[in-house]
Amino acid sequence: MAETTHPQQITGAEIVIRCLEQENVKFLFGYPGGAVLHIYDAIYKQGHFKHILVRHEQAAVHAADAFSRATGEVGVALVTSGPGATNAITGIATAYMDSIPLVVISGQVPVPAIGLDAFQEVDMVGVTRPCVKHNFLVKDVKDIATTLKKAFHIARTGRPGPVVVDIPKDITAHFADFVYPESVEMRSYNPVTKGHSGQIKKAVKLLLEAERPMVYTGGGLVLGDASESLVKLVRALGVPVTNTLMGLGGYPSTDEQFLGMLGMHGTYEANMAMQNCDVLLAVGARFDDRVIGNTDHFYSKDRTIIHVDIDPSSISKRVKVHVPIVGDVKSVLAEMNELVALEKPKPSPALKAWWEQIESWRSKLCLDYSNNNGLIKPQYVIEKLWEVTKGDAYVTSDVGQHQMWAAQYYKFDKPRRWINSGGLGTMGVGLPYAMGCQFADPTAQVACVTGEGSIQMNIQELSTCKQYSLPIKVILLNNRYLGMVRQWQEFFYENRYSESYMDSLPDFVKLAESYGHVGMQITKPEDVEGALKEAFDMKSRFVFMDFITDQKENVFPMIPNGKGLSEMILAEDL
Amino acid sequence: MRHIVSLLMENEAGALSRVAGLFSARGYNIESLTVAPTEDPTLSRMTIVTSGSDDVIEQIIKQLNKLVDVVKVLDLNDGKFIERELMLVKVKATGTFREEMKRMCDIFRGRIIDVADGTFTIELTGSGHKLDAFIEGLDGAAILETVRTGASGIGRGDRILKV
Repeated sequence: MAETTHPQQITGAEIVIRCLEQENVKFLFGYPGGAVLHIYDAIYKQGHFKHILVRHEQAAVHAADAFSRATGEVGVALVTSGPGATNAITGIATAYMDSIPLVVISGQVPVPAIGLDAFQEVDMVGVTRPCVKHNFLVKDVKDIATTLKKAFHIARTGRPGPVVVDIPKDITAHFADFVYPESVEMRSYNPVTKGHSGQIKKAVKLLLEAERPMVYTGGGLVLGDASESLVKLVRALGVPVTNTLMGLGGYPSTDEQFLGMLGMHGTYEANMAMQNCDVLLAVGARFDDRVIGNTDHFYSKDRTIIHVDIDPSSISKRVKVHVPIVGDVKSVLAEMNELVALEKPKPSPALKAWWEQIESWRSKLCLDYSNNNGLIKPQYVIEKLWEVTKGDAYVTSDVGQHQMWAAQYYKFDKPRRWINSGGLGTMGVGLPYAMGCQFADPTAQVACVTGEGSIQMNIQELSTCKQYSLPIKVILLNNRYLGMVRQWQEFFYENRYSESYMDSLPDFVKLAESYGHVGMQITKPEDVEGALKEAFDMKSRFVFMDFITDQKENVFPMIPNGKGLSEMILAEDL
Repeated sequence: MRHIVSLLMENEAGALSRVAGLFSARGYNIESLTVAPTEDPTLSRMTIVTSGSDDVIEQIIKQLNKLVDVVKVLDLNDGKFIERELMLVKVKATGTFREEMKRMCDIFRGRIIDVADGTFTIELTGSGHKLDAFIEGLDGAAILETVRTGASGIGRGDRILKV
């Protein structure tokens, strides 16, 4: 089928590649298939970015997602139509819930075949609609460049998120001129950037006059690269600060003013300070159910809430806010800093009394655990991991008890180092997340803290790690249970451990070795530190560390589902 | 409370399903939804009749604004507005019914737009309440078929929703 072409015209597939070059994409995570063969042929002929071949499309999207979390750049994944596209859905939904900028390119059956139940056809735009920031179906080769330009723009601006671009196969074979637009004009999409200065003034006044101030920041602060501005503000005001699970590293965890993580498994002091403060500054956080718990209980104490967020719909969604500030968190905090600097605040007697109260909560040492039954305590492994990596590793996690222990016991001092699925809570992200981090920073220490349930959900990526010689360290906290499920069954289902015991586990050491990796099994507490050192000394090797841990260990503190912030169960209560 | 939300959106494939999907995904009510292109063929105007507490309505407006294809959103209930709905009713028109139907139609300022051997088709515009009242005023046995468009709304005076 000959087409009349101008000499300078190129195929749709080549246009896709040129767009990615223009966006300065360094890694494309993907998996080939029929509908994207033209694009893969164009990838073969180019030399600008590296394609990473995963072993399952879900992992492609997770790896691109982690690359974005680690670097702040837009992550890019490429999958084929039908099952390739549906395999990507969990990855897309995970990124959507945590507002991670991604562009996912999916192949589609040729335009004339759409709607005819063609081989490997799925309505990708329809299927992804509820879990993307936006999506496109490109129906003309001339639209590929402008659509991809828009996709990158939408993904990275405002509240970031994943954007899907579905491209039918025939379009990638058609010819067109390549012109990449310089900028994007969309009358329907103009996210706010600067906060309202009157509201910012009001907020600063409230914070300066507060008797029991508290600062609570989330993933939005990390995504907005506003960590430095936050540290400056918190130090100038002399106020306590907590981070959500998604916000860890937003404020240095080793700093005295940091009260630890808050929420369902947050520290006693952070949750008590949240409940009892009189002025609360929330930045890039969304008062979700795992963080605030029961809203009626939260309302039972009076406090004035200032909420800074780039997304207006996050404000007053679950919790009524008194001073809303819609804007880019970095610019809003910078403005607040300027105003605070003019005032040169000194600690008031009320603030001193507030800190005394906080110290008394802190003295409960809610994260203490007993380490004396001869079994490896998962908390101990994380503490040693923090020491051995000097607190400077990228730590990815899966979802469950190990995730909470990693969040509680690894003290993150920098943003973009703690990489986990907060919103969707996706088991199986840990290993592909570690891959994304290692590609982002090839010489960095990358630790994947996982459980024997989660790791098996994307275990096939051991093969990808071999292909690209990724020196990831897997820290498997193996308690032979789906630990968080077991914990809830112990507390709320009278010890009926329905389907939460993990039987028939593989020999993880042999499994790792079969892929050419180093495998280790650690069964004694006294071997933990040495094994970690040995593993991290193998700077060029992937090491799979199977820690056999205490099966009965639970995560504390814990706010039972539906309870309020100050209704925690502590380890000492049992 | 019942609210009428008007919005302008890009006249593109899939835009309607984004709005409809938002309402079902977040559990918002839709009483009716109408959509058609405006005088500018690149834009569609949609009228959604919904209900909910003030907090829910606030979220609906914010979530609609967040959709990338949505250009402008207006809660008509924030000011004065007019709403109209069109209804077509096919009724039995035999014997004594024939006169009565004509009379009812006149009282409600409707128009008979199709006459057949045993039926009339009546066109009626007005607020939802007026259309309801007409239906209630008819003998239920006489109604063969009804079709309603759902409400369209527009602000009074200089309240204008335009790009």
